[in-house]
Amino acid sequence: MSLLELRKLNKHFGGLHVTNSVDLTLRAGEIHCLIGPNGAGKSTLFRLILGEHHPGSGDILFAGENITALKSFARIHRGLSVKFQVPGVFKGLSVRQNLEIALQSRHRGAELDAEIGRLLAFLGLESEQTQTAGNLSHGQKQWLEIGMAISLKPRLLLLDEPTAGMSPEETHMTGEMVQRLNADGMTVLAIEHDMAFVRQVAHRVTVLHLGQVFAQGSIDEIVADERVAAIYLGQAHA
Amino acid sequence: MTGFLSLFRRLEGPQTVGRGPGFWSLFALVLAVALAYPLFSDGYTVGNTVYFFVWVFIALSLCVIWGYGGSLSFGQTAFFGIAGYGYGVLTINFGSAYGFTLLALVIAVAIAALVAVLLGYFMFFGRIAGVFLGIVTLAVTLMLERFMAQTAGPEWHIGSARLNGFNGMSAMPPLTIPWPGEPIVLFADVGLYYLVLGLLVFVYLALRILMNSSFGNIIVAIRENPERAEMLGYDVRKYQLITFVIGAALAGLSGVLYTVWGQYITPSSMGMTAAALPLIWVAVGGRSDLTSTVIGTLVVLAAFQALTIYGSQYALVFMGVLLVLTVLIAPNGLVLGVMNWLGRIATRLTQRAG
Repeated sequence: MSLLELRKLNKHFGGLHVTNSVDLTLRAGEIHCLIGPNGAGKSTLFRLILGEHHPGSGDILFAGENITALKSFARIHRGLSVKFQVPGVFKGLSVRQNLEIALQSRHRGAELDAEIGRLLAFLGLESEQTQTAGNLSHGQKQWLEIGMAISLKPRLLLLDEPTAGMSPEETHMTGEMVQRLNADGMTVLAIEHDMAFVRQVAHRVTVLHLGQVFAQGSIDEIVADERVAAIYLGQAHA
Repeated sequence: MTGFLSLFRRLEGPQTVGRGPGFWSLFALVLAVALAYPLFSDGYTVGNTVYFFVWVFIALSLCVIWGYGGSLSFGQTAFFGIAGYGYGVLTINFGSAYGFTLLALVIAVAIAALVAVLLGYFMFFGRIAGVFLGIVTLAVTLMLERFMAQTAGPEWHIGSARLNGFNGMSAMPPLTIPWPGEPIVLFADVGLYYLVLGLLVFVYLALRILMNSSFGNIIVAIRENPERAEMLGYDVRKYQLITFVIGAALAGLSGVLYTVWGQYITPSSMGMTAAALPLIWVAVGGRSDLTSTVIGTLVVLAAFQALTIYGSQYALVFMGVLLVLTVLIAPNGLVLGVMNWLGRIATRLTQRAG
């Protein structure tokens, strides 16, 4: 069953065709990675899915419902959630308060405290809970934002470069975390440049190039595709 | 007892400075002094203190919208003026019998809030933010000032209330509480003092509860990162609008109380200088904290008045210098800086004692 379906999605910025008739289907329960060289339109595609940009034409279907005209917050209520490329935490507030703001619409009182505690433990940020989020390391900010994103218990989690700026160990741990969330039933769509991460988690991979779907398949199929190597992997491995 | 304790706990939280028995003992002491103060003072001085208190409401309105919500409104004086004139028009037309002045106060504040709903709707749902929000709100207050200033002719009246152009409206009845026998008229001395003090304490405590609630969490989240707040499922525009309307109602309350205090309201109360001064009080105090805003406003107002009376003609220049110094030395506010510093010392002392 498909959870997210993009149909002939187009987005122009002036004369620039950033997203060009993109068709993409996400199966419920899969981890799908979106790769492609810089400027391929990956982040724009995320913003279209989230409703921050509106497509010139085309449709976005989520769990069978056409959400193309919905506002961002309403899409979140339907079961979408996101971690941005640049960590989008509330920098002036404490780590604990960041999580409280994410969780408070679902939990109250003692239950809220328990949920915050559980999430802090899951993220390994217990000893940083009173710290101002702006003072965390880059990696910790990434984790905090992932924590905020998953606290909504989304059906589809969008991750824009979740491992950017992380060490290989941290990247691997993030991969394991994504797999754990997926095992609990969360569908994941991740933009990622780190091929070790993609190899670790992806069930399927889509290559975006110049705003179009260039190739799609398992990671082995993508790696074996010479056309992809020419535009992306070839450069990456050169 | 449990209910009282849980209410008490809701007064404290990450969004407000000051907590624990120490802070609240000090609060009770200050309140006791404020309650006893008219017994040891003359009517004129008490009336002058009421004047200071009246301005605290507009400062708190800016604290809520700008300090907590992150939207710099330069035009809180628009709501101040609308409510002030509103009270004047209502009471000049309908008098003060049967407690109507109290109803007029509520209606005038409601009118200011309603105007804020309309203006705020177009601004926030039109995604106007940052400096543009400041420009639009400033334009609105200056436009109202200009408009009211040209209403000198006899054709400008609402019912029997003349708008009176630049000279403004005057001689509206003071707040009057119906009472068996003789109604109690709250002139600008002891009577009005207790009413305004009561309102001030009520508004301060209510705002503390609001800012430390889940609603307060959301509005500071929007200040910190509106995109993230939206992506947690919050309709950012709706929360910004609600915050703006709360702020407008507070500015309106300030306007009505000012009108009641002096029994006049003029267009210049919505002019450039009037619009800029609350920004200075709030910035100097500490815009992101209610207590700092209250203290900062009262201190700066008293200093400003002293300068105007005893010092020189340069009080406004001094205000400008004060703002520049605040921005350079303590961008989050001088009073807030001192309070945080005292807080750190207190924590260190308790740790050492422990």
